[in-house]
Amino acid sequence: MHPDRRRFAEAGLADIYDRVIAGERLSEEDGIRLFETPCLGLVGRLANHVREARHGNAAYYIRNQHINYTNICSKRCRFCSFYAKKGGPEPYTLSPGDVRRKLESYRHVPITEVHIVGGVNPRLPFSYYEELLSVVRQVRPEATIKAFTMIELEAIAEAGGLPLEDAIRRLMDCGLGMVPGGGVEVLSDRLHEELFGRKLDGESWLRVARTAHALGLKSNATLLYGHLETNEERVRHFVRLRELQDETGGFLAFIPLAFHSERTELEGLPQTTGMLDLRMIAVARLMLDNFPHIKSFWVMVGPQVAQTALWYGADDIDGTILEYEITREEIHATRQELTCEELLGMIREAGREPVERDSFYRPVSRLAEALA
Amino acid sequence: MTAVTGLLGRASGVSDIAGKVDRGERITCEDALRLLECPDLGELSRMADQVRRRLHPEPVVTYVVGRNINYTNVCWVRCKFCAFYRPPGDPEGYVLPDEEIFRKIREMVDAGGIEILLQGGLNSTLKLDYFERLFREIKRRFPGTHLHALSPAEILYLAKMSRLSVRDTLVRLREAGMDTLPGAGGEILVDDVRRKIAFRKDTADEWLGVMRDAHSIGMRTSATMMYGSVETLEDRVEHLRRIRDLQDETGGFTAFIAWNFQPGGTELARDLPVRKTGAADYLRTIATARIFLDNIPNIQASWVTQGPKIGQISLSYGVNDFGSTMLEENVVSAAGTTYRMTIQEIERLIRDAGYEPRRRDTLYRPV
Repeated sequence: MHPDRRRFAEAGLADIYDRVIAGERLSEEDGIRLFETPCLGLVGRLANHVREARHGNAAYYIRNQHINYTNICSKRCRFCSFYAKKGGPEPYTLSPGDVRRKLESYRHVPITEVHIVGGVNPRLPFSYYEELLSVVRQVRPEATIKAFTMIELEAIAEAGGLPLEDAIRRLMDCGLGMVPGGGVEVLSDRLHEELFGRKLDGESWLRVARTAHALGLKSNATLLYGHLETNEERVRHFVRLRELQDETGGFLAFIPLAFHSERTELEGLPQTTGMLDLRMIAVARLMLDNFPHIKSFWVMVGPQVAQTALWYGADDIDGTILEYEITREEIHATRQELTCEELLGMIREAGREPVERDSFYRPVSRLAEALA
Repeated sequence: MTAVTGLLGRASGVSDIAGKVDRGERITCEDALRLLECPDLGELSRMADQVRRRLHPEPVVTYVVGRNINYTNVCWVRCKFCAFYRPPGDPEGYVLPDEEIFRKIREMVDAGGIEILLQGGLNSTLKLDYFERLFREIKRRFPGTHLHALSPAEILYLAKMSRLSVRDTLVRLREAGMDTLPGAGGEILVDDVRRKIAFRKDTADEWLGVMRDAHSIGMRTSATMMYGSVETLEDRVEHLRRIRDLQDETGGFTAFIAWNFQPGGTELARDLPVRKTGAADYLRTIATARIFLDNIPNIQASWVTQGPKIGQISLSYGVNDFGSTMLEENVVSAAGTTYRMTIQEIERLIRDAGYEPRRRDTLYRPV
């Protein structure tokens, strides 16, 4: 027996090993076993095999800027510390002019993507979102605008009294180029009711994603983990995303998001462990066989774990960020931006080849400015 | 070379070393260098874990409840990598009053602690009699505690000031109550490197000489490495080799601990554009150490420098010990790194990694 296979056999994972090596799809039950086995090393090596078969030694990163246009939100999810509330963050909404100034303050940085998400602020009219996109397109015509989670898209359509498809089309006309993966949390009715009942449920999130994909928009998908979810719910989440991806092919990357409980209604839940962070990446890589990319988002898990994850299934560590508000309060110890040089250093130290990408994972070639 | 591990990951080019690990053979310095250069973290983890399991078949991770007490920060050695010291005469210099030291130990004992890690600087006002008196008083007041005290640099300086041999100095300190000697100040045991980062400090031979003397009187010590400053990977291997050689001779080292240079606020960071090394380098270094140092029983995590997440992950890179709970830490935090963990958090991380937490004393015996 091949020594690798023997190790998996000793851990009772030979059948999963065989399926992955043969390129066969893993079942829901396999996914649960990958979460339950104590042998994280084996899970990581199997995920790394898939990652290297797809992407070789490349590790992708992007130069981007984040804009969080409002923290006023009617959804009041229990795991969120970002939205404005009494005794919490002060409410704010950026005007299109504010957004212009934020963009202009980083005008010298060669970014290829502007990432825009915010709360669901019922006072904002449809025209606000059109103006927001138009301003970004004016200041940053070269960048892809990746904006508005499925949750926001649904609410924006409602604000305009428009069918979802028409609303998305109009936003696309103003420059919307891609949809981020947030807001899905966990595709579980139990957790929807328990934690984010005012928000779209799983079925509806998938419906909005299906609609966006059908209109030609690519999107990402996420999973918020490390709160009340079970292994079964995590794996079920993967399977439902995988099914939609079979149907639409519209997902580019999957991004597990580590939960931070500080200043949320779930305060007191401990931070996710480094091993869980790595395992989420690895199991996602193995289960989501039709997702091109798995991203380890360094803002959530820290640059150190993100770097290590490049050997546990991740092929992308996001980017230079520039202003990220969602967890600024929570991750006080973590800096909110990395210079391009630091990012390149991290990837090279991990033994991977840094590849700057645009929103659609096309390599960006830069010469003189490569180390700017 | 056939890639034994070729199916998973790229052929990592270290399959011959993996073969040695499989057979339980010692690896060479050249092998260690290749491991430090091997990008494949998964393969390093697998090999290091294999060595760890051979040495520690039980699924247990140990830790000690203890406290770091820094009796003085006055130090004339002025190591360029250190943000903790104050030179003699500096208004921020201090020597802790005895009562303050006892109060800190009392807190530790009340929290169930047993290990006092007592370290400071090379302070000419504190002579051998200061330590003898202090140690006796600590042991009189807190008889159940373990005094893990000073470092080779402090021992050498005390011996010199007292015109005693290192061995006699250690004997006197032991008679006063010192139990074990921490391996601090090892930095990189290559004189070229030591000259660049701490030219007033002891040489590699002197550091090892103190360890040899300690082991010869039956005093156990740990060994450390501070990497990630100006040394090459060859220097790191040389460091590991010298420790392994001495261990073959004496068997006196209990554990090995490595951490990376913390540049914040140091002279070295001002002189040289040193990038703070990251997790991948740490995991590679600690895994290589586990595989190379086949004669040292324990490898300790440095979560105080790497953080709880990487500290936990290091348990699958050859680490079998989570170190001290460190109710207090002043040296690393002086360079801006401030990780803290409670006993519950340490135990949670150990359990989450699939191990049973077990409290130990400084000699790694269960308590």
